[in-house]
Amino acid sequence: MNPPVATTFFFYLLAAIMLIGGVFVITRKNAVHSALALIATLLAQAGIYLMLYAPFVAGVQIILYAGGIMVLFLFVIMLISIERSLKERMLNRQWVVGGLAALALGALFISVYVKGKNLFPTPKVPVFETNNTQTVGNLLYGQYMFPFEIASLLLLVAIIGAVVMAKKRI
Amino acid sequence: MGALLQYIQSYLSSDKTPGAAGNFFWATVYILLVFLGLSVAVIAMNWLERKILAHMQVRLGPMRVGPHGLLQPIADAIKLLLKEDIMPAEADGLVFWTAPLIVVLAAFTVFVVVPFGPAHAITDMNIGILFMLGVSSLSVLGIVMAGWASNSHYPLMGALRSSAQMVSYEVAMGLAVVSVIIMTSLNDQGTGTLSMIGIVQSQMAQGEWFVFKFFPLGLIGFAIFAIAMVAETNRAPFDLPEAESELTAGFHTEYSGFRWSLFFLAEYSAMIAVSSIAVTLWLGGWLRPFPNWLHGATWDLIFSLVPGITFLLLGAITFFNVVRMPKHPLFKIQTIGLAGFGAVLGLIGLLLFLPPVRDRVGDIFWFSAKVAGFMYLYIWYRGTFPRYRFDQLMKVGWKVLLPTGLGLLILTAGVGMRTEIWKAIQGATQR
Amino acid sequence: MTDPKTLSPPSLETHVAAHDKTFLDANELVINMGPQHPATHGVLRVILRLDGEKVLGLECVIGYLHRGVEKIAENRTYTMFNPYVDRMDYVAAVSNGLGYCEAVEKLLSVEAPPRAQYIRVILTELNRIASHQLWLGTHALDIGAITPLFYTFRDREEILKIFEKYCGARLTTHAFRIGGLQYEAYDGFEKDVKDFVKFVRPKIDEYEELLTTNRIWVERTKKVGVISSKDCIALGVTGPVLRASGVKWDIRKALPYANYKNFDFEIPTGQNGDTYDRYIVRMIEMRQSLRIIEQAVGGIPEGPVMAKVPKVMKPPVGEVYHSIEAPKGELGYFIVSDGSTQPYRIRVRPPSFVNLQALDLMCRGQLVADVIAVIGTLDIVLGEVDR
Repeated sequence: MNPPVATTFFFYLLAAIMLIGGVFVITRKNAVHSALALIATLLAQAGIYLMLYAPFVAGVQIILYAGGIMVLFLFVIMLISIERSLKERMLNRQWVVGGLAALALGALFISVYVKGKNLFPTPKVPVFETNNTQTVGNLLYGQYMFPFEIASLLLLVAIIGAVVMAKKRI
Repeated sequence: MGALLQYIQSYLSSDKTPGAAGNFFWATVYILLVFLGLSVAVIAMNWLERKILAHMQVRLGPMRVGPHGLLQPIADAIKLLLKEDIMPAEADGLVFWTAPLIVVLAAFTVFVVVPFGPAHAITDMNIGILFMLGVSSLSVLGIVMAGWASNSHYPLMGALRSSAQMVSYEVAMGLAVVSVIIMTSLNDQGTGTLSMIGIVQSQMAQGEWFVFKFFPLGLIGFAIFAIAMVAETNRAPFDLPEAESELTAGFHTEYSGFRWSLFFLAEYSAMIAVSSIAVTLWLGGWLRPFPNWLHGATWDLIFSLVPGITFLLLGAITFFNVVRMPKHPLFKIQTIGLAGFGAVLGLIGLLLFLPPVRDRVGDIFWFSAKVAGFMYLYIWYRGTFPRYRFDQLMKVGWKVLLPTGLGLLILTAGVGMRTEIWKAIQGATQR
Repeated sequence: MTDPKTLSPPSLETHVAAHDKTFLDANELVINMGPQHPATHGVLRVILRLDGEKVLGLECVIGYLHRGVEKIAENRTYTMFNPYVDRMDYVAAVSNGLGYCEAVEKLLSVEAPPRAQYIRVILTELNRIASHQLWLGTHALDIGAITPLFYTFRDREEILKIFEKYCGARLTTHAFRIGGLQYEAYDGFEKDVKDFVKFVRPKIDEYEELLTTNRIWVERTKKVGVISSKDCIALGVTGPVLRASGVKWDIRKALPYANYKNFDFEIPTGQNGDTYDRYIVRMIEMRQSLRIIEQAVGGIPEGPVMAKVPKVMKPPVGEVYHSIEAPKGELGYFIVSDGSTQPYRIRVRPPSFVNLQALDLMCRGQLVADVIAVIGTLDIVLGEVDR
């Protein structure tokens, strides 16, 4: 018998890493430190996916976000002068408005959670681990074929746009 | 106590990996064994690289520390541990400190899923190959962090080169891997697998290593991977991040002592890791060579004796060199040491002839032998090729390997589905 | 001849303006290479202005190995100064000695006897091969091929052995004297040289096997560090660099000295003036040198090795310029004599120093890795640049 992976301890551990990482992302003055905190957050998120018996999503999360996108983030950040951003002030004059908006959003979430408990579906028995990848594949290339292709087309447009913006003379 | 013993023994009869069987004791033992084996392999690789490269370049290589320089890696390790650990004054302390740790962690963690045999892996994951690629891609982070944290121009340029290079070649590498995953799905159920053990088992079931599958498609995929993996590990001829003639030492220029040795360790274990992926995906993992051509009980027996014979041969070569040692009183200790080393090799060889050991170690031997072949290739490349320039490297990655990989993917899928496609065409024409 | 004014390399500002600027590479990076850098062949310091990895311009800082050789000469007699010239291009010490001795002989109006001339040619050509071998090894090492270095050093060793047997020194040989040679060739000299020629021919093929058709080598060297023949002439670049740009100029043929006119050999030239052509030119030059050695060693005449020169040399008042084809290009000595035992002034025209001027022109718009390749292909020796 497999011992359960999804213990409460691990959930709280990963959630704490995510939260602390998230706070660091916005509070660090040094952009590289922020990016590293974001990587920690993303890795913890991959751990949460594993706990939800979605190993494929977790693996893709690591490869794409932590290994790919964040490397490019760092790549760009390293090219920018860090000294200037260190001198800038963290908060501008709109922080009151921002704080109010954040509070309102939080209140909305809580109210939805409290009032609409019955709206959420009851937790299902987790999908058996071994079939996860195949299930994802079948869904992507079966039921959700059209949205999938639309998404890839959007990405292509984004790539071409990026190239056009970066290079004046092609 | 009895229950504990039974818990330990219960696994021995199982044919699953300790991770899959959920046996914590054996999983720990395996983790320790893999870690130890890897460290020994890195040490041996260090010595072998210096020796083989030296002999390719008409020189002797290390000869002083121990007979034929056998103790040189240990001397190096002691030197590195005793060296002062310097951190540049303007460096970013925390990042500088974590970078080598991330690189080493990434390099060692991938070995969790490396299948040395059907039951000889720490665990078997459903997403094995994805896990390996993902975790090994994390080592780029460590390199980028090291280059940035050093706060110096050469490491920064090394880090930039390295991240660009690794991200680019990962794409081609991924495409080659996907073509193998398509090949695993060619069975009755039509479902492929990402599990490392599953991939080898499907090669066994299809009676063909994936290098030879759909000739030459498998071979092309293998070639793409073999090129990309050299680039992934920053080795010659793609060793631009640490090109010593341009960037002194690249991203680890400012590192010294123990932290530098961590980068060294990570580089070599990453080489072993990507070689294991190549062996698992294309060269039949732990399967012995010529299973179709030379089959039957007799051949099985002969092939099961090969590990022992190999070690006996190594022992014999050592003894031959013992005889050739200079007959000078000052060389007495060295001669005795070399003879002792030969005796150990011979004893291991004899031990490998014992039937219970033989049956359990055969897989590991074939897997390691194939990986060792790749390690030799790495050294050979280094002795032969000049270094690519950065733009040429990118050209090879994006303009040669990537299109080839895409074409390969489409072709592999097409050839794999040929009967279905054929039926569909026939159906369309009949209507 | 080209007017040098038309050639002045484009100023940095115009170059940057012409260059395709994108939003990412707004930052310029200034990198200091050397004087301690593994690939600058000694103590050359290069200050690079980079745009990413692209070179916008560079500046050479030299003088780290300056020993004031030319000034020293004014306080030494002609004979005493002879060993100093070996310390300039220490890789090709024999060529340096030949140039100096011939220049002083010209001033004294004496000529070395034929036997001395033959031995001089043999040793100089051997030295040319040794110099080219050292260049090939280090150049390949810079580009990342580590193995040729060991092959070339193994074979260079045979040349150094012959030098050692001849005069006792391996690197700074001081092989020639004004007026001829101090030493008669040792017994078995001819056999050693013949054996060497037989030994090294297949070895040169071996180097070529590793590099000439190697894809990566070709990609790294073709169209890298291109310099036109016009620019070469205007900048005074000589030697294999000039010949690779297509100019058939070799002082051994153009202004024959020693007794080179007695020998049959060809001057290899290239067309593109890139690093690959320079590589090919030097490889052929090694083979041509072997040809000269073969012809010379078969025909060494009998006779004395030293001409009649006075013990105390007092050349007549006057000046002389004499140049020879050193492995790296034109090596010239300009000597002014005031009739005393010491030269009034000696000025050396070192090929490396002049060739180094072309570095900036050759590297503009290329990548950092190419700078390394170009420094290697110019074949500079800092002892000669700084003197």
